[in-house]
Amino acid sequence: MQVPPCSEIGGTGINIGKISYGGSSMLNYLWAGMILLGVLYAAFTGNMSEVTNAALDSAGEAISLCITMAGVMALWMGLMEIGQKCGIMERLTKAIGPFLNFMFPRIPKKHPAREYIATNIIANVLGLGWACTPAGLKAMEELANLERERGNPQYLENTEVRGRSASNEMCIFLILNISSLQLIPVNMIAYRSQYGSVNPAVIVAPAIVATLVSTVAAIGFCKVMDRKRAVL
Amino acid sequence: MNVLIHISDIIIPAVIFYIVGYGLVSKVKVYETFLKGAREGLKVVVDIMPTLIGLMVAVGVLRASGFLDFLGSLLGPLTEKIGLPGPLFPLLVVKLFSSSAATGLVLDIFKTAGPDSYAGMVTSILMSCTETLFYTMSVYYMAAKVTKTRYTLTGALWATLAGTIMSVVLARGMV
Repeated sequence: MQVPPCSEIGGTGINIGKISYGGSSMLNYLWAGMILLGVLYAAFTGNMSEVTNAALDSAGEAISLCITMAGVMALWMGLMEIGQKCGIMERLTKAIGPFLNFMFPRIPKKHPAREYIATNIIANVLGLGWACTPAGLKAMEELANLERERGNPQYLENTEVRGRSASNEMCIFLILNISSLQLIPVNMIAYRSQYGSVNPAVIVAPAIVATLVSTVAAIGFCKVMDRKRAVL
Repeated sequence: MNVLIHISDIIIPAVIFYIVGYGLVSKVKVYETFLKGAREGLKVVVDIMPTLIGLMVAVGVLRASGFLDFLGSLLGPLTEKIGLPGPLFPLLVVKLFSSSAATGLVLDIFKTAGPDSYAGMVTSILMSCTETLFYTMSVYYMAAKVTKTRYTLTGALWATLAGTIMSVVLARGMV
């Protein structure tokens, strides 16, 4: 019953050009900063052996996670393929059409990106942990395709990609996802009951309020930024 | 609460049943279609492996070095003034990177302070309304091969901040 959160899995099936690891990516500095800071701090506090273990264990843990993930990813990507073929995803897209039009006014109505975004958002809201990441990653690929269709030179095929920038749609989609959309925090309720809470589900109402507030804050921010830089 | 857990138990089988059943009724070659998607899913995981290893090692090193606890104890008195108990600061940072690592810290807080204490309440609400920011960003942007993320980080941090403030406010009203 412990559903892993949406953000624990990821990747891509389609390779578009080469990835550039150089350039001034934010994660570049962040990653280096974490490692360097960790090792330096451990050197001063004598935690070096813990850091050794942590580095090796984490790398192993990442692989075990990938192995679990491989089965689940394959399962949901397979189901999603069926869902797309038989029109379930199209119906989901219609169901939240007004919201999509509001958040992503410049994605053409028939574009496949809309279907994947809709699936991702609905799976997120329902707390279908493993189901939303495959849809989210497909949505990102489709948004990249959309940029190519728009003629954005950074996204043209077979060009050496250096520092490709995110489109407005990508930023909005990511911020929405990170603002947390899941309504019922099932995992938290389970942990609370496991540790002897008198009323484990008492957090449902405040969790919904807090989630709504963070999502509204995200939408407000996106709308301001989107208007400011409507033309990429 | 039993109802909730019951619903979450049946929702996945129900979704699977609906998709396969609906596909069959609409005369889709369900099995072949499933295999095609599944193959793509496996490729996705292979592609993401390096990202996962990189992120998990970085978080693991930073946690094991004791730096996060040091930061927590340094900022603890400060964050406590605004209603965020000391142990919640490392949790807030770790949650930005990995939710499985965050779960470990959550259980620690539940064990020491209890899930119904003030710290337990803030933790419960906070974990429900925030996402693994850097993890999601690095994985999703990898799918689009994007390195310049423009205003994503600012927006995501802003949403996380709003969620954090709401967690403190709501937990205060409850305990």
